[in-house]
Amino acid sequence: MGQICIFYKKGHFYQSKVTVKIMEDAIRLVNITKKFGSVVANKDISMSIRRGEILSLLGENGSGKTTLMNILSGIYYQDEGQIYVNGKEVAIRTPGEAFDLGIGMIHQHFKLVDVFTAAENIVLGLHEPGKFNMKAVHDKVRAICEKYGFNIEPDQKVYEMTVAEKQTLEIVKVLYRGADILILDEPTAVLTPQETQKLFTVMREMKKDGKAIVIITHKLHEVLDVSDRVSILRRGEYVGTVETKDATELSLTEMMVGQKVSLDLSRSEPKNRVKRLEIKNLNVVNKDGVKVLKDISFDAYGGEILGIAGISGCGQKELLESIAGLQLTCEGSSVEYFAPEEESPRQLIGLSPKKIKNLGVALSFVPEDRLGMGLVGSMGMTGNMMLKSYEKGKSFFTERNDPKQLAEKIKDSLGVVTPSVNTPVSRLSGGNVQKILVGREIAANPTVLMTAYAVRGLDIHTSYMIYNLLEEQKKKGVAVIYVGEDLDVLTAICDRILVLCGGEMTGIVNGPGSTKEQIGLLMTKSNKERNVK
Amino acid sequence: MANEQKMHEPFIRIANRDNISFAKKVCIRIASVVLALIIDAVFILFVTGLNPIDVYIQIFRGTFETSLRFAWAMRDMVALLCIGLALAPAFKMRFWNIGAEGQVLMGGLATALCMIYLGGNLPTPVLFIVMFLTSIAAGAIWGFIPAFFKANWNTNETLFTLMMNYVAIQLVAYSTNILRGQASSLGTINMATKAGWFPRIGGYDFTLNIIIVAILTVLMYIYLKYTKHGYEISVVGESENTARYAGIDVKKVTIRTMLISGAICGLCGFILVAGNKHTIATNTAGGNGFTAIIVAWLSKFNTFYMLLIAFLLIFLEKGAIQIASIYHLNDYIADIISGIILFCILGSEFFIRYKLIFKHSPNAQKEVRVND
Repeated sequence: MGQICIFYKKGHFYQSKVTVKIMEDAIRLVNITKKFGSVVANKDISMSIRRGEILSLLGENGSGKTTLMNILSGIYYQDEGQIYVNGKEVAIRTPGEAFDLGIGMIHQHFKLVDVFTAAENIVLGLHEPGKFNMKAVHDKVRAICEKYGFNIEPDQKVYEMTVAEKQTLEIVKVLYRGADILILDEPTAVLTPQETQKLFTVMREMKKDGKAIVIITHKLHEVLDVSDRVSILRRGEYVGTVETKDATELSLTEMMVGQKVSLDLSRSEPKNRVKRLEIKNLNVVNKDGVKVLKDISFDAYGGEILGIAGISGCGQKELLESIAGLQLTCEGSSVEYFAPEEESPRQLIGLSPKKIKNLGVALSFVPEDRLGMGLVGSMGMTGNMMLKSYEKGKSFFTERNDPKQLAEKIKDSLGVVTPSVNTPVSRLSGGNVQKILVGREIAANPTVLMTAYAVRGLDIHTSYMIYNLLEEQKKKGVAVIYVGEDLDVLTAICDRILVLCGGEMTGIVNGPGSTKEQIGLLMTKSNKERNVK
Repeated sequence: MANEQKMHEPFIRIANRDNISFAKKVCIRIASVVLALIIDAVFILFVTGLNPIDVYIQIFRGTFETSLRFAWAMRDMVALLCIGLALAPAFKMRFWNIGAEGQVLMGGLATALCMIYLGGNLPTPVLFIVMFLTSIAAGAIWGFIPAFFKANWNTNETLFTLMMNYVAIQLVAYSTNILRGQASSLGTINMATKAGWFPRIGGYDFTLNIIIVAILTVLMYIYLKYTKHGYEISVVGESENTARYAGIDVKKVTIRTMLISGAICGLCGFILVAGNKHTIATNTAGGNGFTAIIVAWLSKFNTFYMLLIAFLLIFLEKGAIQIASIYHLNDYIADIISGIILFCILGSEFFIRYKLIFKHSPNAQKEVRVND
């Protein structure tokens, strides 16, 4: 009994002191610290999330954004500090407890069951007493959709949905469970500009409804477009919060990086364009018998950057892997390689990856899974350099000196942060992993350099470094193929941009002079036809 | 009340340890042994009523009482270690070879057949070479079959290698049934002529076993760490996609590595039959094919750690036998006593890799609140 009294007194104490704050702060974080081993992911972070506003959480890679949000959604538990939800101190130990408090997180990678319908996914894992009433669920889903302007059919199966629809479903799922604090982790990474605008409209609707919304994104123009306030983290520490109306791309970047930066992308005029690759009638059928590439034909030239745009999963991966010899192609497909100082082209289809690589066609920056394909996570930098060169020489034993020197060189020239060249690369941050991959591929002196999502998930600093490296390669006469998702970057650095949609080529536009909207339209061109199928 | 409950943070949390100093590692290991001895002491005192110190001395004597005891322990250790060495490359490639038992038996069977049919017909050096070659060929074939199916049709190697054990056991049973004729068992082969027996060196039949495995330990260490093959094995084990991307022929590496793994198991069968048992039976491998999995895993494929772990396992086994016979204990009691020691030592690995964070004391929490 005594305990309850004390507790009540405490609550009373808080109420009298911070009554005003309680009204607008949905969540208040006080001195949150989270360590992983010796790495401090979050250090003494205090900030608040208000009702009826959209808050952007901004920071470079490894600045602790995701860790902080994972603490809020019950995936991690903080080492120190307190969380107040609606003014009351809480302990969020599991995602379930986060839900009970009305906190819902929409993860970057969807957590949906493909063969279930939208409605089935929404009620999955709910423990409602009594008989399951699917009709009531449908009605409630429709009501939510109507309220905020979502476009979801409760009966539709998830595998029939586009990426944007799946994301919408994730949001509806969270709302259905009564969340009024929503956290979106890089929601726009997989969307076209048009879809992004639609998402923002919905977010503004939810804001009007008094919900608190946190959005994590790397794209500064989106931050400026949609949010009311921006909170910035740097290396695990809280830098500050600014009103969006007072911020510019440059001021935000400087807060994020902690120093002055220039955001210039230079694009030189292509010089000495020489044909390096000629792709004709490339067709690829995947394991399930679905055509993933359909009659692709294009040329790639040395001394230019050819961009490849498209929503993820439209055949980009298969296209690059076909050229690298990692993908089975249909009969009649042709990939011809024009080697320097050779008269006749060589057919690459049918050659082993090793032979193609030895010719100078390098595939690097493997999508999403850099550690799963481009690098060996458990090995250090030296071991990973050996991946390219271990076969050299006739000896039965491996040669470690040259790879070690190369590793040291890349470490110094690209500023890779690692305790030593023998530290397993899986322990390094995403940006450093990418630098190692880029460094290694460029060191091999390729004539064709294919990059897929080279900057996905990387911070501004590293991204610009990579853009500049590609530009350098282009000036050296290398044929660079850049598969990207950020249309601003594609239009800024590429000389020509090939647009893929559902495995088909919907056009090639010139980089200079093309607009995002134009490419965005090409990216969704054959959407309707696909849905009919 | 429910609300108040929510304010408590979890009682224990588990976190990764990033890097741990060597001294601390040693401390944790020593602490685990001390803990094991204490738990065991309580167990021994209350269940058997014996003096724990005496029991520990007897466990120690199981291996170290006489030089013969020690030699036997070494003999059994190298048999276990040899299979561990065989499994290391396969496991490093993430190929779950659970079929060592069968591969050893096939090697042993080949050796025994050579001894029976060729013993006395061939000059001794030639006989040894033939025995050596047929035994590693037999083991290699037993390793090749599942690897071939895995490489071409992606069959499940765990089930495949496991079932190959039973085929090998039945083959041995069948062969011994024919060979024994009217006798109740096969008995010692070439008892009189000792054809195909390893020569006695330093008073023991099995000295050659120890030498062979010692050399193999060094060779396997070099093979995994410094050769191109070893590099390929690591890459394939880490990610097949990376291997393909790097131009490594995954099929070839899979089959080649399993040929080596099977061949070394076959070699183990060879030294078991020629240098130790001088006969073949379905229990010749004695479960070592499975125990060696622990040896290979715990050492994280470092062959010198393998040596330590193989020794530990044999030491405990010998100790258990010793106390069982000295005190007329039930076998199970003896196994429990040595099992507790093993459990604590293995359990210490958890504390080396992770640390536990306990709930802050209420006092600490109050302080934070005052600050805030």
